[in-house]
Amino acid sequence: MSRVKTLQSLFKRYRRPGDIVFAWLILIFSVFMLSQVFDQTAYKDGGKLFAQPRFWPTVSLSLMTVFALFHLLGSALSERIEGRWGEVLSWLAAFEYAGWFIAYAASVPYSGYLPTTVFFAVALAVRAGYRSARMLIAAVLSSIVIVVLFKAVLKVNLPSGLIYEALPDGWRQLMLTYF
Amino acid sequence: MENLYAGLEMLARWDVVLALFVGSIGGVIIGAIPGVGPAVAIAILLPATFSLDPIVGLTMLLGIYGSSMYGGAIPAILINTPGTAVNALTSYDGYPMTQNGEGHRALSLAYSASFWGGIFGIGCLISLSPVLALIAPMFGSREIFLAALLGIILVVLAHRGQIFAAGVLAMFGIFLQTVGLDAVTYTQRYTFGYSFLSSGINLIVVVLGLFALSQAFFLLTATDTSPDAKPVQGKMMVGVKELMKHKRVATVASGFGVILGMIPGTGEFTAQFMSYTYAQKTSKDPEKFGKGSPEGLIASEAANNAVPAAAMIPLLALGIPGEALTAMMLSVFYVHNVIPGPQLFQNNIDLVYGLYFALILLNVIVMIFLLFSTNLLTKIIRVQTRFLGVMILILSFVGVYSLRNSLTDCMISAGFGVLGLILKRLNLPIVPIILGMVLGGIMEVKLRSAMPRLKTPFDMIDRPISFILFAIIVLVLALHIRTLIKEYRAHQGPEDHDLHDSQMR
Repeated sequence: MSRVKTLQSLFKRYRRPGDIVFAWLILIFSVFMLSQVFDQTAYKDGGKLFAQPRFWPTVSLSLMTVFALFHLLGSALSERIEGRWGEVLSWLAAFEYAGWFIAYAASVPYSGYLPTTVFFAVALAVRAGYRSARMLIAAVLSSIVIVVLFKAVLKVNLPSGLIYEALPDGWRQLMLTYF
Repeated sequence: MENLYAGLEMLARWDVVLALFVGSIGGVIIGAIPGVGPAVAIAILLPATFSLDPIVGLTMLLGIYGSSMYGGAIPAILINTPGTAVNALTSYDGYPMTQNGEGHRALSLAYSASFWGGIFGIGCLISLSPVLALIAPMFGSREIFLAALLGIILVVLAHRGQIFAAGVLAMFGIFLQTVGLDAVTYTQRYTFGYSFLSSGINLIVVVLGLFALSQAFFLLTATDTSPDAKPVQGKMMVGVKELMKHKRVATVASGFGVILGMIPGTGEFTAQFMSYTYAQKTSKDPEKFGKGSPEGLIASEAANNAVPAAAMIPLLALGIPGEALTAMMLSVFYVHNVIPGPQLFQNNIDLVYGLYFALILLNVIVMIFLLFSTNLLTKIIRVQTRFLGVMILILSFVGVYSLRNSLTDCMISAGFGVLGLILKRLNLPIVPIILGMVLGGIMEVKLRSAMPRLKTPFDMIDRPISFILFAIIVLVLALHIRTLIKEYRAHQGPEDHDLHDSQMR
């Protein structure tokens, strides 16, 4: 019993619920990547070991696996914190917003930076639970400020929307250049 | 002297002055809003600064970096919610002072201590410059390799109680930078046959995902709140006078900030805890610490504000970033083909001096701004957290997409956003991944270029600086093992799972 306690205290860490799930995932990832080292990297005959293209991936993945193993051991030997699967669900909830982000990025080249940004800002505000006119107007105004600041003022490299091609001549040029 | 004038001349341009104001005042506001920190802001603005002159872009980013901690003290003191992660210790004594009706005194002390720390740090940076210019050329490939290795070791060891996780993440960072076409042998590494992976995983895409998108996801998936800071009344200059009574604490804390800011991988937290411990041990009222001690507040704020200037030392002199924010700034240098390191002091000394002056000016601007606008800031920070999440998500798009108009980058960044969210929720550190990527790249390049001159492994440490660095690495590891053994033998206290609530926001 005392030996178990000693081992526990040696690997005791500051944890939150779901730690062990992450520990397993990261260990599986590192072991998988390490198992691919011969397929995914080359070894140049005659070259020095430290200058081999395989050297750093092998070193980093080996150490990552060792650390991940100890991390998992620490998690497994520590006192269980309730709420593991609830925590995992909250991780999965983030994928929805990752989807929103990718959809936004995929739409801009077609529907133009200004209209897409205004639409997504309002849609996301509604999704986040805001219904008041004040918050929705704030979303519209903030998105317009962002577009003007980055596209018109700072001239950041962003694509013009295909939708702008349908506009009349004067408007088209203006929208293509500034919005 | 000529170089000093050249540095001043660099700043005497309308766009630099504008960048300085936008950076410093914007930094205060960003720092004051809980939920957005300098890392998020710098990550989003980074690609936008690539089209600007190096001095303009760097001034703006430095402004955000140097001033955010001033702003972060406001919610830490008034509502017990640190604006940036490094203001957490400020709330220990700042909030009890607010509860005792001394909010304005606490804020004023925090500003004064921050200013003291900031100026002390810059003073050290400037006075160390001639020494740096002398020492930096002694750093060849093997020395820079060993310094980067020391940085990796320190960033892992600095996460006490989470060393294995920090180790995993640092190694993950090193692995990430190896993905793609190897620049020397032209062989593919971990591309799995996908052409988009051939060019590697871009640091900025990872940074935006881990810092900005993850924060957006974090805020959008959490309960909606709005910080409710009450305006304060009273003269803001009162803290300056009071700080003079605690000059010793402020100076020692700034000293800790400078020393630990210079050492890659350690940074604000270690500096703060060391200065706080020092202040408590040498105080006449040690029992007041944690209950509203002005000395505790001064120790925390002076230490964290001395770090930005000190963190520029390894960045400018050796091209080695000590933490995530300077790692991001490194990419601005690279984009403009200004390579930080020994040659910077020979070829671009005017830029170095320009940055020094910019640092001084930003501290002055921020101090003046805060003395007059604290109550205005308490209104600005009332923005709702989910709304903030929406805005960060919209802004992150600009950062990721403007790099090379790639939807794939956006997908990769979104993936890192989810990873960042998991790490934040688990209270695991993000910084080791970024430092792993940057320092891992440096280590690989420098070890390769050192190889032709090494006949035996001992040649690696046969020069004075490389030997000293090697000795430090051994010493750090030995000290860590000693501490582990001592802790193991000593009585184990109750677990504090929130000890490392230190995610960069």
